[in-house]
This record gives sequence, C-alpha cells and structure tokens, in this order.
Amino acid sequence: MSDADVVVVGGGLAGRTAALAAARRDASASVSLVADGNGDFRRESACIDVLGYAPDGDGPLSNPFAALADLPAAHPYRIVGTETVRAGLSLFDDVVGDSYGGASTDRNAVVPTAFGSVRSVARYPTGMQAGLASERRETTLVGFEFLPEFDAPTAAERLERAVSYRVDGITVQFPTDDRERIEMAEALDDNPITPDADPAREALAATVRMYQSGEERIGLPPVLGLREHDAVRAQFEEAFGVPVFEVPAGAPHVPGIRLGRTLEAALDEAGVDVLPDTRVEGVDANDGHVERLHRQDGETVTGSQFVLATGGLERGGIVADRPTVTEPLFGCHVAAPSDRGDWADRAPLGEHPFARFGVSVDEHLRPLGPNEGPEYANLRAAGHVLGGFDPVAEHSGGGVAVATGYAAGRGAVEDW
Amino acid sequence: MGYTPHILVVGGGATGTGVARDLAMRGFEVTLVERGKLTDGATGRMDGLLHSGARYANTDPAAARECLAERRTLEAIAAHCVVDTGGLFVSLEGDDEEYFERTRAGCEDVGMDARVLSGEEVEDLEPSLTPEVDRAFRVPDATVDPFRLTVATARSARNYGATVETHTPVTDLLVENDAVAGVEVAPRDGTGTRELDADYVVNAAGAWAGDLAGMAGLDVPVGLSKAGMVVVSESPTDRVVSRCCSQQGGNTIVPYAGRCILGTTGDDVDDPDVETQAQHDVDRLVDGLAAVAPELGNQRPIRAYCGVQPYHNPQQPDARTDTGGATGSFSLIDHEERDDTWGLTTVVGGTVTTHRLVAEAVADHVCAKFGIDRACLTATEPLPGSEREADTEDKMEQFGLASAVVEAGRDRLGSRASEVLETSEPNPVLCDCENVTRTEVRDALDDETAARTDLDEVRIRTRAGMGTCQGGRCCHALASELYPTEPIEAIDGALDDLCEARWSGQRHVLWGEQLAQAMRNYNRHARALNRGREHLDLDLSAFDSGPEWDEDDLNPRGGGFRP
Repeated sequence: MSDADVVVVGGGLAGRTAALAAARRDASASVSLVADGNGDFRRESACIDVLGYAPDGDGPLSNPFAALADLPAAHPYRIVGTETVRAGLSLFDDVVGDSYGGASTDRNAVVPTAFGSVRSVARYPTGMQAGLASERRETTLVGFEFLPEFDAPTAAERLERAVSYRVDGITVQFPTDDRERIEMAEALDDNPITPDADPAREALAATVRMYQSGEERIGLPPVLGLREHDAVRAQFEEAFGVPVFEVPAGAPHVPGIRLGRTLEAALDEAGVDVLPDTRVEGVDANDGHVERLHRQDGETVTGSQFVLATGGLERGGIVADRPTVTEPLFGCHVAAPSDRGDWADRAPLGEHPFARFGVSVDEHLRPLGPNEGPEYANLRAAGHVLGGFDPVAEHSGGGVAVATGYAAGRGAVEDW
Repeated sequence: MGYTPHILVVGGGATGTGVARDLAMRGFEVTLVERGKLTDGATGRMDGLLHSGARYANTDPAAARECLAERRTLEAIAAHCVVDTGGLFVSLEGDDEEYFERTRAGCEDVGMDARVLSGEEVEDLEPSLTPEVDRAFRVPDATVDPFRLTVATARSARNYGATVETHTPVTDLLVENDAVAGVEVAPRDGTGTRELDADYVVNAAGAWAGDLAGMAGLDVPVGLSKAGMVVVSESPTDRVVSRCCSQQGGNTIVPYAGRCILGTTGDDVDDPDVETQAQHDVDRLVDGLAAVAPELGNQRPIRAYCGVQPYHNPQQPDARTDTGGATGSFSLIDHEERDDTWGLTTVVGGTVTTHRLVAEAVADHVCAKFGIDRACLTATEPLPGSEREADTEDKMEQFGLASAVVEAGRDRLGSRASEVLETSEPNPVLCDCENVTRTEVRDALDDETAARTDLDEVRIRTRAGMGTCQGGRCCHALASELYPTEPIEAIDGALDDLCEARWSGQRHVLWGEQLAQAMRNYNRHARALNRGREHLDLDLSAFDSGPEWDEDDLNPRGGGFRP
C-alpha cells in the first residue's frame, strides 16, 4: 500500500502538470502519479495550443489570451480564469526551459503541418522554431519515402498557397532500413554505418544536399533524434548551411516522446512518486470522499486529495456506450444527448458534439453529479476528461491540459 | 458472324459486367456504360455471402440446385474473389423446430450433407456461438468480394475487346422507328453529351432499370428493397453462421476479410439513391446476432451501410422469369415482345451469386435476336487474377515487404500479385489496417475503368480505407498518390470526397472503441493536420515569428536566431 497527500490518476500532459504543480507548490506534500500504460507521450502532440479558433470559427487567432474572456462560462478556461492559464503556462515554460519557444509573447506562432496547412500554437519545441510559417523564409520540405503520412511535395504546394512565399517539397530515401518514426529517430541518435558506408546522418545530409536550391531553411520529418536531438539538428544545419526544423506529423510523435522525457525528469526532481504501468480498477469512497484506489496488482493507493486526469474519449477516460456516456473510474456524471444520432455532426470535420463529452466541474474543478453538487469533496478533474470544450475545433487541447492540470494540482495541495 | 453487332450494356454491377464479358467472349462488339464507378449499386453494397442455395432449398429446390452450381462455378473461375468458409444453420432453444426441420430436409433433398449436429458438435466447430444453440446443420455457403469480382469481370470483358466506360451516365435512350438505336451519354470528361449507336441495348441498370426504360417511354415497375448491414472489426466465427428461424432478416454473420458482416435488415423503399442506415436497424443487427455469438456484443462495429436491391414486380405481364425462388429470381423483359419496341432487353433481379447465370441467359437471348449460335464460355474460363495459384511464396524477400503485406496482396490480386507488387522503387504500405502498398494503389489508379480523381475507386480495388480507422490514418497518403498528375485542388477534392464517404458509414456505429477512433481521427485531421479550413494568404505579421534571425550567419551554432 502506498499513501500520499495528493494522488493524480493519469500520466498525460494534464496529469503530469497537476503532479508538478502540487509538488512544487508544497515540497512537504507527498504526491503520487498513477499512470496506466507506459506514459511515453507518443500520442501527445508536442505543440501547446491555447486557443487557435474562437467559438464562431474565427481564426487562426493571433492572440489567444484576448479571446479567452469571450468563451462560454462553462469553458475550462473561464472556470480557472485567464491568470491561471498564464500561471500554468509559466510552470510549463519553467519545466521545459530552452527546449521550447513561444514564452516571450502572448501571440500565437504559426507552424506548418505535415499536410501543408498551418496551425497556431502558443508553445512549440525549439526544433520547430526555424520553421515558423509566420517568418517569411523560402522553405524546402523534405519527406521520406517510407513515411507516406508526410508527403512533402503536396504539403509544400498547400503551404505555399497559405503563406505566399516559395515552398518546395522533395522526397528522399531514409538511409537505413528503418520504417517507423521512432526507429528512424533512434538511428539518427546512434548514427550507424549505412550500406553506403557513410554514417546515417552524413548519408542523409548528402542526399538532401543534392536537392538544395537556395532555400533559407529546410524542414524534415519529426524524427531528428530522441536523445541526441540537438546534436542531430545541429549537424544537419552545419551540413546544409541553413536552419533546420521538424514538421510536426501525427502519432507516434517523436517530439511528444521528448516532451514526455523532459516532464519525467521534472517529476523525478520534484519528488513525485510515479507509478507507471498501473491500472486503477476500483475506488473506495466514503461519505462523499475518495479514500483509496485499487490497482490491478491488488495493491491500494490511499490519499487525501485526488486528481482525475485520465483523458477524454480518445484515451478511455470517457467511455461512450449504447446508450450512455460515462466516466468509468470514479463513475462521475457525464451529460450527453440521449439520442446517439446527435453525438456526431454529419460532416466528417464538422464540430462534433462527442468532442465535448466529459465531466462538468465546479469552480474548484470538482466533477459535478447530476444534481449539481460535487461528486466527491476531494476529487478534481483536469485535461480532456473535462467536458464543455472542443479541444479539436478550438485548437485548445494542449492549453486546457496545462491550465486545468496546474489548477487541479495546486488546488489539491492547498486543500490538503 | 458476317458483321459484328454492337451491343451496348447499361450498368456496371455484377450483372452488367457479366453480360458484357459473356457477349464479348461470344464475339460481339460490346460497350458497357456505368453512371458512376463499377459496383456502385446493390453489387457493392451486399453482405459478402456467396449463397449455397440453402435458404430456399425448401421452397424452390430447382433454384437452390442452380444456386449451388453457380456458387461452385464462381469458386472455380473467380478463386481469388471467393473464400470457401462453409456455413452453419443454427437453431437456438425456443426457435421454431418445425421450421428448422423443414429447411434442413429441403437442403438434404437438394444433395447437401445436412445431418443434424448436436450442440456439442457445434461447439467444437464454432466455440464462440452461444450455448443456447441446440442443433445445427452444415451448408456449403462461402464468401465473395463483390468489388474484386466485378472489377475482374470487367477486366476480362476488356481483354475480350469490350469497351468499359465508367462515370458515364446515360442521359437518353435513342428511339427511331419503334426501335432503340443507342443511347445518349454524358462522358466523364465533361464534354457535354454524346450519342452511342448500338444494334442492341441491354438494360442492366439494377435499381435504376425502371428509370432507364422510362427514357424510351417504357414502363418497367421495379420494386426496391433496402438491405442494411453492419461491419464488425473481428469475426467471432470462421464460417457463415445463419440463425435458422422463421423471423426473416438480421440472421446472418458473414466472416469477411478478417472482419464480419452482420446482415441483413430489409425494408421496401421508393428511392434507389437512399444511403442512410437507420440507427435502430444497426442496434437490431448487433443485438440480434449477439444472441447467436455473444462476443459480438463487445466487439467493435466499424461501419453500417445499406444497399438497394431491385426486384421486378411479379404482377408485370409478359416478363420471362427464370430461376424462381426469393433470392435467385430475375426477370428478363424483351421490349419487342412486350412493347413492340425493338432493340432493348431489360434484366432485373438476380444476385451476385447468380449473376453469371443471369448474364448467360441475357447473352443467349441477345444471340437469339441476331440468329447467332455461340456457346457461353464464362463458366469455365477463369477471371484475370484466378488463372493460376499466386506465385508470391518464394518472392517475398525480393519484394522487400513484410509477409503479412505480401499475403494480403496475394489474397486480393491472386495471380496478378507478382506483377503488381514487384518494383525496384520504394513501396511503402499506405494503408496499415489492410496492408495496402503503393504499387497496389497505383495499379488501381491505372485501371482504365477507374476515374483517377475518385479515391473510392482505389478502395474498391484494394480495400484501402476499409479497416478499423476507416481511412483516418491513410486517406491523405492515398490522395498524395494523385500527385503530380492531378492539380492540388483536385487532390483535395478527392480527399474530401473519400473522407465524406467513409464518414457516412461510421456515423451510426459511433460508440465504444469506434467513437474513440472517431475522436482520434477528428483530432488528427482537424487539429494536428488542420485539414478542412481555408488558409489562403494569411496575414502572417500578426503572429509570433520567433526570435530575430541573424542575416549574416544563418548557422544557429554561431548565429543568434535561437534564444
């Protein structure tokens, strides 16, 4: 049995932020983080979007903070308040240090996507900094034959239409036999000798150099090393004579894994007791208080304050079955249309009501029961398990995770 | 033949392509026109069941025998489209015993080994069936890929000289002196309309046959029955399992390409273009068949769809109705005999299972109109892809592909596998769910019967986008294959159309893991890739563009553009 003052359930961005916020707020508090799975962040996009689009679809927004006050009252940002959003981001900035950019301004930056569109984000990994579309620089995008999800020639055409400066796209062969992004990143870390007798980095640089045509920067798939990211990128910049950046693409996210490792180190430093690969199978509560969690191995975790950060529909923190939507761990109430036909929009990329499925919370982020009172006096919720916002349509998923994680972690430790 | 009559076939389903193939093999000059892509009607929206005839052995033994013979014929000529799964008819405690026995006896009478199996024997064969199954018997059901079958049939027709023009709707039937002399079409190149002269026209437009006949002022009353189905991510059974009870519809589990199809609900409808599947039909199929195979209650439906099957109104006089029985029946209407209009025959009904036989009857009829006596060759000549065993076994390494990818390709391509998979170029897997490589996608795009900007053409030929993610992970990679032949606007239009089509089938099965998948797809496309929003000539000056760049030294190690 382990015993903690604050127990956070969920090892994603919101959960880790909550644990860090709690541990940093009060070094004497014991904080446990219970994480199902390996928590390696491969599904976590590394960019932190605070707000890209207003509720009416206006955007991409250049200043997300100016738009927060216009959100509906039940939106998580309105519940925690703009100052808490800023405080959460400050915690994030402090943890990630110079591995991220964007902290020096309220304005969003515009990053190119693997599709060749752009998205506006508040924080971006330093490895993406040279690629900011908002900086007018002629660009060459380089894709790899065995990463068809990032097709550089079509992405370049689309990007050029959006930004109206020259963008070219080429596709080259990655120098090793690796086919998966994480393997490619590890190959660039290890820099093995390739069949052509050159080390992998030199071989790739030589291939790309053949296509160079006076561009001012070069974008590559997001596989530029895991451990040795800075060195890999520096070596390519040296070889090409221009800045190099990564183009963010879908999961598995190598930049997300890097962020996960950064946060892991910070949790360790802050003294958070991380319990990885730990699934919670049951909860004991008494008189409106959560008392302990039952792990899959039969052990229990007791605590004084709890934070629910198990993610939304995409992670199983919210489960939608016929005909009801539930939060399966604590059984918190989730409101959803009773007619399943109303869960999704008719258009594939329309605003889907299901994206808003989640728990409703009070001003302390405590999940509310069907009768508007808190489900438990000592349970807070953070991140995508929250309802009342659309992380996708708003481009707000990262910011909500950080802001509500921060607020829930701090609130929990202040109440302890 | 002294001169070669030109026969024009309207309709690119199983029947139309079958007629085109048969007539081309008999030496006619043949043109097939189809308003959309091949299989767009009932053919592409069936449940994958290759009927043994067992379902009407009791009511129409002659039809059942014929159906069984056709099922064997298709297995022989279209081996790469058919899987000999076998089938079970099962009865649950409380089901009508008399109905079961009557059906079973009928199957025995037509020569099937329909010995009664005990509950224990059934459990050995299909352990995931409910213990409430108290008796069963085997039937020689199988499964068929209607897309692969129809595309291969069209390919064969073209090999025999037929012209196949898809995306070419008929806009009028040309009638001169009480005779149909051809059709007016709107070709896919958008050049307006064009007249195609023909010595004879075969109306194989399926659910739209009445509309086509109407263009010549002829009345063909076509009844329409909507059949609803649900695709589930895994199959609980290896065999086709049908609950043998008097309640019709919603009784069959068809294992299909690693998944299964639950079918079918039926309702009469008025509009052949109806596409929506009702939510209560989905629930009925899932819940009804979970009573037969309880695992289905926990498995993941990935799609619901429906097809509109045409049937000829039996009250209609002067139609020659062959092959009786509910599922196998079809009607051949010679409009000279019925309406004194020469040059047109309409065929309505039939199934994918019996399509070849229906086509043979139509081709015989056309031969007779021209006084030509040529034997039908379609029952013995294999379709392209089924000429011989696939020869990929020893070539896997050479292709540089994982064995699962080669196996999937071999299943789909049959004897064409080596020809399609072999390349000296990089050949990435574009659709991970179904293991579809770039060369297979390009082979589909190169098919002359496919419209290049319709990615659904790729789907029906390769299964790309038909897996659990329903195209969420691969659709944009598929679209990129159109580059640089097509302009980016056309590529994006094709991508939107594919996503729309994939989405429409998922909307009614969005719960559990498939809703989680939908959320992931939504996040990927509308956020990470930020697709679907117009961003043209953005005002970039309002945004953060990072730290200043040092113009003198772009190398960041010595320069200052990074903090």
